[in-house]
Amino acid sequence: MSQTLTEKNSSDTTDITGSEYLAFTLGNEEYGIDILKVQEIRGYEAVTRIANAPDFLKGVINLRGIIVPVVDMRIKFNLGTATYDQFTVVIILNIEGRIVGMVVDSVSDVTTLRPDQVRPAPEMGTTFSTDFLIGLGTLDDRMLILVDIDKLMSSPEMGLVDHVS
Amino acid sequence: MTIDMSQFFQVFFDEADELLAEKEKLLLAVDVSSPDPEDLNAIFRAAHSIKGGASTFGLTDMTEVTHILESLLDKIRKGEMALTSEHVDAFLVAKDILKMQLDGHRLGTPVDQDAVADVRMLLQSLSHDVVPVITTPIATPSFEVGSDTAELKSAFKIEMPDIAQDDASALIAELGLLGAISRLPDEGGKITLHLKTNEGKDDIISICSFILNPDCLTITDESNIDNYADKKTTESEEDLGYGFFEPIENMFPSVSAPEPTQVPLPVSVNSSPIVASTNQTDKKPVIKKEIEKNNLSQESSTIRVGIEKVDQLINLIGELVITQAMLEQRTQELDPITHERLLSSVAHLTRNTRDLQEAVMSIRMMPMDYVFSRFPRMVRDLATKLGKKVEFLTYGASTELDKGLIERIVDPLTHLVRNSIDHGIEMPAIRTQAGKSDTGKLSLSAVHQGGNIVIEVSDDGGGLNREKILDKARQNGLVAPDNMPDADVWQLIFAPGFSTAEIVTDVSGRGVGMDVVKRNITAMGGVVDIRSAHGYGTTITISLPLTLAILDGMSIRLGEEIYILPLGFVVESLQPAKEDVKEVNGKGKVVKVRDEYLSLIPLYQKFALEPKYIEPSDGIVVIVEVDGKKAALFVDDLVGQQQVVVKNIESNYKKIPGISGATILGDGGVALILDVSALLRSVK
Repeated sequence: MSQTLTEKNSSDTTDITGSEYLAFTLGNEEYGIDILKVQEIRGYEAVTRIANAPDFLKGVINLRGIIVPVVDMRIKFNLGTATYDQFTVVIILNIEGRIVGMVVDSVSDVTTLRPDQVRPAPEMGTTFSTDFLIGLGTLDDRMLILVDIDKLMSSPEMGLVDHVS
Repeated sequence: MTIDMSQFFQVFFDEADELLAEKEKLLLAVDVSSPDPEDLNAIFRAAHSIKGGASTFGLTDMTEVTHILESLLDKIRKGEMALTSEHVDAFLVAKDILKMQLDGHRLGTPVDQDAVADVRMLLQSLSHDVVPVITTPIATPSFEVGSDTAELKSAFKIEMPDIAQDDASALIAELGLLGAISRLPDEGGKITLHLKTNEGKDDIISICSFILNPDCLTITDESNIDNYADKKTTESEEDLGYGFFEPIENMFPSVSAPEPTQVPLPVSVNSSPIVASTNQTDKKPVIKKEIEKNNLSQESSTIRVGIEKVDQLINLIGELVITQAMLEQRTQELDPITHERLLSSVAHLTRNTRDLQEAVMSIRMMPMDYVFSRFPRMVRDLATKLGKKVEFLTYGASTELDKGLIERIVDPLTHLVRNSIDHGIEMPAIRTQAGKSDTGKLSLSAVHQGGNIVIEVSDDGGGLNREKILDKARQNGLVAPDNMPDADVWQLIFAPGFSTAEIVTDVSGRGVGMDVVKRNITAMGGVVDIRSAHGYGTTITISLPLTLAILDGMSIRLGEEIYILPLGFVVESLQPAKEDVKEVNGKGKVVKVRDEYLSLIPLYQKFALEPKYIEPSDGIVVIVEVDGKKAALFVDDLVGQQQVVVKNIESNYKKIPGISGATILGDGGVALILDVSALLRSVK
């Protein structure tokens, strides 16, 4: 099992050997993303709505002079309730030079996972399509759903990038 | 570990580009009959630098061409060859070839190897086909310089009364120990000696005083004069062209007589000795200053910085301005008496921030020279090709414009300049017939006017032909009444498919019409205007905003949101009367403004917003105009008018329909900028 995983990942661009992950929660589920993709974490502030955009795209914010779109993962994946208060967290991601904000319920910690702690994701049972998953990380009694955030954010599903058809 | 060479390549490419442009500029400016040696040197240096860079990066094809070019230039700058117009032409061709090769390396564009071979042959044939510069021939003196005198710095002429032959011999031998001595023919009962030595005058006197009374001695320091003489020979020998000094061979007829007294080059020579070539005897002392040294200090004091770094700086300053505005707002609520010092500090900060913002914005500005400098060559080539005589003038080359705009203005301007030469300026014969000078005048000017830059392309050619334009317009099915004002007639040539070539002159066009020019300029937020008088010429005026980064905007409210409407499109805003708003076929509404029906665009529908007012008569309509088409935008309220800094949305998100960009408001929030032309298009 772990053999196939290693093979799968060696062909992947994401090297997960002893990688560090930022853990965050969406509803009752705990997720992890590669810490190197995270630029900063900030509180939720008023956004400027974009007309005719999907629900989960909250709008754009001014991040020190840069216009950054903000997506609410809770709405996108129907997890938890989308409330906005002083505890709401926005993870600012840097996906290949493009800056995107991602609203989550909370951010817990940064953990290091060895390759043997990462199990391949099952075909079903998660909100995310397995295409966007690196695997499931086990840490004591916690389970992190490891998301390939690069792939997810640049996918047509999120609609953040103009796709040339 | 490998080093990423590409970054160095990029630097070389940029530099080579600049050098080539510089070279071309110098070549076009050079006066063939009496070239300025400094210019020749500058051209040579440019070629040399390109050669050096090219060989460093192993671009052998460029090295080869520059090498031949360089050797030819070297001969010319040393005065071995006279500069002719064939040379200038060949150098210009060589510049084009180098540019082609450079682009070949950089962009992978094809390189015409035949052309490369041609130019190499051309240059080579020119460098063999020696055109000697005839001047008074100076016989090349052949003499050996005694090695023992090699270091002697000063020369003295010693005159003393006639003394006994033995004493004289002893004295000469004694003085000979100091350096090189020679005895000149006695005259008037005096012994005259010539001494070259490193010792001072005092030493000579002390030696002479053993034999005679020092008071009878006359010692003249001739170091400088002697050096002149030496230099003269140096010149003719090495063609170094120290032509400061006229030949003075008759001054000291005796100088060269005694063999070992000749002094070698007293001044260090900062140029490599010339390659022994064909015409040793036919050389002209050319005035040559220490150009090498001068130019080191003239090295441009600029640094190369990536544009993204500048943009980042501009962003950060924008943030600073917003923070500063917030700070100012907060402190205004404070009691001015108890917080006097804080308030004055904040006022100070405000001033400094504004200055800083201005200074940073100016970094993006570039002089128009960047655009203008490419035209002299084009004008020259095109005029030659068409057999016309054109005098090209530029004004206001130092006027600054945003870098983003300056790059986009090149193509439209090129088109206009070509048009002027092709269709505007007449053939010399026709000009003479019309009583004008046979040389046409073409001028390019740039000037700041308020927040705009006004660029004019002006010629004194035949002007536009009103009748032909009207005829052509009617053929194309355009409405063109006979009593149309001139200004409107001229605007007709901007219509698509309206080739100026076919109507104004019979010379064929080049595929790109004036409509493209107009479209490009409009896309930059600019306006094109034409003034023309039949027989007297045409002036095309382009008015552009100074920068794309800042825009005059009108802020409008729609529900909870604030949008920015570029002020350039706004004609007027008004609150319509209820009876002026009419429904059309149940599909949309029109609003009647002064007997004109304009289609009403309710923005809240476009942006799916919850508006404050549903009835246009409750809110405000803003009349906008794009390309002569008007429409009324229905908004809730007008908020104000302000300059906004335009931010790109697409860098982090995709294109939003109906939105051209975003800006940051005084409170740090984001406002979207409406794309008026797209909104109007969506109505049709």
